[in-house]
Amino acid sequence: MKQFQGRVICPGTCEAEALVSHGGFNTLASYQMALMFHDKQVKCGDQNNPDLYKKPMIGKALCLPETIGSTTGGMVLYTACASGQQPACMLFSKHIDSLAASGAILASVWTDADMPVIDCLGDEFLAAVQTGQTVRVLDGGVVEVA
Amino acid sequence: MKLTPEQQAVLDGSKGEVMAKVMKTLVMYGDAFGAEKMVPVTSTYGHTVISFGINAMKPVYDLYDQLIEAGAFSEQKFTADPLPLDKNVPSNPLQDLVFHQFMYKQQARYEAQLKKLGILSDKDYTCTCYLDEVGNKPKQGEVLSWAESSAVVYANSVLGARCNRNSGMIELMGSIAGCVPYFGFLTDDGRKADWIVEVRTTKKPEPQLLGSAIGMKVMEKVPYVKGLDQWIGTEINEDAIAYLKDFGAATASNGAVGLYHIEHLTPEAVQQGEALIRDGAPVYVIDDAELQRVRESYPCVWKNLNAKPKLCFMGCPHMTLHQLIDTTERVEASLRAHGQRKVCIPTVFTAAPGVIEEFEKTEYAPRLRNTGVVLSYICPLMYMNNPLSKAMPVITSSNKLRTYTTARYYTEEEIITMITKGAN
Repeated sequence: MKQFQGRVICPGTCEAEALVSHGGFNTLASYQMALMFHDKQVKCGDQNNPDLYKKPMIGKALCLPETIGSTTGGMVLYTACASGQQPACMLFSKHIDSLAASGAILASVWTDADMPVIDCLGDEFLAAVQTGQTVRVLDGGVVEVA
Repeated sequence: MKLTPEQQAVLDGSKGEVMAKVMKTLVMYGDAFGAEKMVPVTSTYGHTVISFGINAMKPVYDLYDQLIEAGAFSEQKFTADPLPLDKNVPSNPLQDLVFHQFMYKQQARYEAQLKKLGILSDKDYTCTCYLDEVGNKPKQGEVLSWAESSAVVYANSVLGARCNRNSGMIELMGSIAGCVPYFGFLTDDGRKADWIVEVRTTKKPEPQLLGSAIGMKVMEKVPYVKGLDQWIGTEINEDAIAYLKDFGAATASNGAVGLYHIEHLTPEAVQQGEALIRDGAPVYVIDDAELQRVRESYPCVWKNLNAKPKLCFMGCPHMTLHQLIDTTERVEASLRAHGQRKVCIPTVFTAAPGVIEEFEKTEYAPRLRNTGVVLSYICPLMYMNNPLSKAMPVITSSNKLRTYTTARYYTEEEIITMITKGAN
């Protein structure tokens, strides 16, 4: 088991299966079709992301460097959370970007959704974690990869 | 974060629970980036990225109802991104049914909300709010609370305004509170260049490809671009405005660029030169081969790669008046060269309502109509985001549209040939 220390953006704990994007996660491109057509599995619609394209995102520990793309990104993430279609948690290897932070904070302040968000886990986190592994988010920004 | 007594009072509930949550959202947003204070929004107008009333986004409109019921209106008027529907854009009866009865069922509700919240007028729906014909053009140094990736990167880079890559909803909350957290592109340090990009192409690079290459390389960092002035000059004229608009949109959608500096051209690069570049900034060299490599990396998800295109969009972001005139002439010339009178693929050019109004005053408006091209204020991205349009073979010269939809990218030159060469 490997342990990583990050920074808490939105508090909480959880255990979930990892879904890893090594490239920037385009929130709009990933979520737009799934939200529009109420895809229960919330499959990733971003054809430019070979790690995630067509993979279910709901309930996963989404491991990513940062988010990219349209500034609707935060609103899209907020909507996913408000609709109960969010990942179990979001784990950023880099410092969180402004769009992901917006979405996570909007969800935290304005909804009851529970989605821990940790950033600054380091490049070694993203190098170590693989899709399908079990990830545990503990208090204080600690993340364990089984 | 250190708040003023007034800001602290709002956070503590002096203006009610909803305004306290607005302030809490902004404070948490700032805390995530180490902001030590809030600063006033100093631009005349705001800009919101949300212009569409999609059923799937109902939680957003429900939240806006809370704002309206609490009297939490914007302290500044604002413009908004383009509207998603226009009856002039070709669509079949099934698409009309899907658009009006299912997808955009919240549209009337949302437009009514925007009127209450403070939209400037019914004409102010465009992603290019900063163009003269629209009039939401901030001055250098002004602090903005905008969202729309292409508008933010333009305002920061070409106009020298100061705005973070805010998300939709957050930008409206900044306009409502009248203040935004001080971090990132609002600070002098946040505007320093992290990368040096050296353009060494043998011809003027396609803005959509150059922006894409840079966006994918530097992601959210700030590039300082050398060697581009030899192709687009050292003056922010009509050609440069159009180029930088399209270039910036590609950097922002293929990556997450919110600010770029072009040596000898953009205001801060002219004023500060290489002093803008951080020590040890890595260098990314872009030549013809690199642009070709980037282009060849684009996936195409058409089921039939040889399908005949059924629709063509140009103008994402919306075209400038100069682009409309120039492209009209190029389409006419290409039609003549191919012995054709009308475009052979249904084609839509998109521009801001204010730009279209000015274009209609010129001799070019009837000339464009004569070519068969439709001119619309629509957002092509909104048109494309449904399974019916997704299944259509659509072509575009926009890298942003390519990124978010199934539209296939071609250069402007290739597109103009494709739409004018006649049926084969």
